[in-house]
Amino acid sequence: MNIFILLAPFSLGLALVALGAFWWTLGHDQYEDPQGDAARILIKDDRDCPL
Amino acid sequence: MALVESPLPHADLSAFIKPNSDGDGLLELLVTGAHCAGCMAKVEGEIRRLKGVSAARLNLSTGKLAVSMTRDGDPALVLDALDRIGYPATLFDPVAAEDAQDREGRAITMALAVAAFGAGNAMMFSVPIWAGLFGQELGPATRTLMQWSSAVIGAPCAVFAGMVFFKSAWRSLRAGQANMDVPISIGVLLTLAVSFQETLLHGRDTYFDAAVTLLFLLLIGRWLDHSLRRKARGAAADLLALQAATAIVLDGQGHERRVPLREVAPGDLLLVRPGERIPVDARVDSGTADLDNGLLTGETAAVPVRIGEICRAGALNLNGMLRLVALARSEDSTLAEIARLVEAGSQSKSSYVRLADKAAAIYVPVVHSAAALTFGLGWGFGLSPREALLRAATVLIITCPCALGLAAPAVQVAAASRLFRRGILVKSGAALERMAEVSYVFLDKTGVLTEGRPRLLDADPLEIARAAPLARASAHPLAKSLARGAGPGPIAEHIKETPGQGLEGTINGRIYRMGRADYVGGAGYTSGETELWFTEVGGVPVCFKFADSVRSDAAATVQGLRRRGCEVEILSGDLEGPTALVAKSVGIAHWRSQLTPQDKALAVAATTAKGARVLMVGDGLNDVAALSKAHAAMAPGTALDASQNAADLIFSGDKLGAVLEAMDVARAARHRALENFAFAALYNLIAGPAAMLGMINPFIAALAMSGSSLVVTLNALRLLRGDRK
Repeated sequence: MNIFILLAPFSLGLALVALGAFWWTLGHDQYEDPQGDAARILIKDDRDCPL
Repeated sequence: MALVESPLPHADLSAFIKPNSDGDGLLELLVTGAHCAGCMAKVEGEIRRLKGVSAARLNLSTGKLAVSMTRDGDPALVLDALDRIGYPATLFDPVAAEDAQDREGRAITMALAVAAFGAGNAMMFSVPIWAGLFGQELGPATRTLMQWSSAVIGAPCAVFAGMVFFKSAWRSLRAGQANMDVPISIGVLLTLAVSFQETLLHGRDTYFDAAVTLLFLLLIGRWLDHSLRRKARGAAADLLALQAATAIVLDGQGHERRVPLREVAPGDLLLVRPGERIPVDARVDSGTADLDNGLLTGETAAVPVRIGEICRAGALNLNGMLRLVALARSEDSTLAEIARLVEAGSQSKSSYVRLADKAAAIYVPVVHSAAALTFGLGWGFGLSPREALLRAATVLIITCPCALGLAAPAVQVAAASRLFRRGILVKSGAALERMAEVSYVFLDKTGVLTEGRPRLLDADPLEIARAAPLARASAHPLAKSLARGAGPGPIAEHIKETPGQGLEGTINGRIYRMGRADYVGGAGYTSGETELWFTEVGGVPVCFKFADSVRSDAAATVQGLRRRGCEVEILSGDLEGPTALVAKSVGIAHWRSQLTPQDKALAVAATTAKGARVLMVGDGLNDVAALSKAHAAMAPGTALDASQNAADLIFSGDKLGAVLEAMDVARAARHRALENFAFAALYNLIAGPAAMLGMINPFIAALAMSGSSLVVTLNALRLLRGDRK
């Protein structure tokens, strides 16, 4: 039973992290432009690139 | 290219910049033609380089370009730049495009995520309890620990995720009604309370996981329903924002200023170029032109207007440069009477009771009396009150309306997305249900049965080739149609245009004229069809005749409608002759012509009173009242914004067959929904009595609920395959 005390909070913690991450994406416009975000990575843009 | 409208360098477009707090502004445009990363880089790079632009971001999913501008920025420069690099853009009306922050959608999504978290993790503690139900080794102390763990996770999640339902139930109760959310709320809250009681008293059965799972499944349905409505609303708003165009106002010094339509005041001087629509009801101050009233009255022939005459908002200026004095504001112009009729119509539509609500009206009292009966009889026949209450709660949760809450939206979303792929936009789930019940179809003539634009009737190909260079230089619809018929080729030089009359130009050193009969020197005779005259100066004039051609699949569509058991009739505002001709060519025996908008609405109302469910298909302002009065309404994507607003479904493309397709999918969807309700009824018929007799334990509850939801969802998804032709 001791392993229960360790594992249950651990798995809950993991799920809470996932929930928190999802919460963050909802609040930060991550679903506004799925196509554009996928395409944007292909744009060669040297301005912000550290050498 | 003298007639083609050019962007005005001095036009003031600043009304379109939405100011933000720090004095700068945001300009929103809808860009066409951008589909890839390359386009995006090109558009954003080009716009960022412009003077007065601080940032530009293109949304590839919606095609919207957001440009942050400083105070010295000029929107006209942005439009010019986009035109130059080949991505023509349209300005958004800041009001029409104001997309409401989707707070409701975010709340539902978050509730869904929390319910998923709660269901998954409460289930983790349920598995040992279920194992205990089947004789596995599980001591009472361990079981209580698992139940408490399940409660600590499940209960807060259920309360958070259930808020969507609790709030709606409370609102409905305060209004003295009971909607679907009332039994859901009662079921969830009662189950939670009973489960806590069982945990405290070291009972065997708790339903924390079932309560959260139920909410999770119901929220999926809620989310599907919401995203369907949001998508349709967004698409409709985009169409509106595109059409809520601008008017060119002349100020005291004669400068042209482009302003949003709603800022035009009576008395303003307006400029309307060929090819533009009359923005508001107005009197002609100078200039002459032919107006196409097609969208307003359904008439196909052009109507000439002269100084002092009135022209109505929505009419298309075919050829002349007009200076107008505005007589009314935009919202008064769009025919206040039609607007009132629309309002009355949409009220009658909102009283439509959706299938799921009809089912709920039967379901709610039955389930509640069953639960009350279980408690009363159980207690009466010797169960302890605690045991009787547990059984009543089990009845509520096991029979909770997953099929009603999830199945109907799932079917409608599947149907809508299948139609969306075929270019048909569905405005709401209720629209599909109404579409499925249609038994009588009224079709408008111009723009519905016909293409709504002139096509050249048979003419000598040699003459067409001779006239084509001059026709290519004109923006007039008739000339454009002629040019289309001739294909690409050279363009005439030294073009001179006489507004409202025609144009003159040089082809191979000779001077030619094209336009009205008296301008060209034609016989001045009219045959009822639309004409364009052409001649070499001093030569013998030739006449090209045009007619609005019937859509290629109109006759087949009419036949298809008959095969589906619908009667078909034409309601047209046009004259008797052209209407009869079209009716004959598509094989419709019943038709009415020269109808006013009120006549059309009355015809719809009269047929409805006879017990038929009417579908109205129309595109013009004269159809709006009928569209909103009809049981279901469809409009082509080329229709006026008012018509699109009044319609339930909007189809794009040239094919009238979209009507058949929409009807088929709507009927298939109705079939699927009824199947799902039948399945749900069967499920409840078995599960309900089982719960009343106390034969349900938490494991069976979890299995039955997710199993039944899976079945109805899979059944709904069958629609996507398009199996029922």
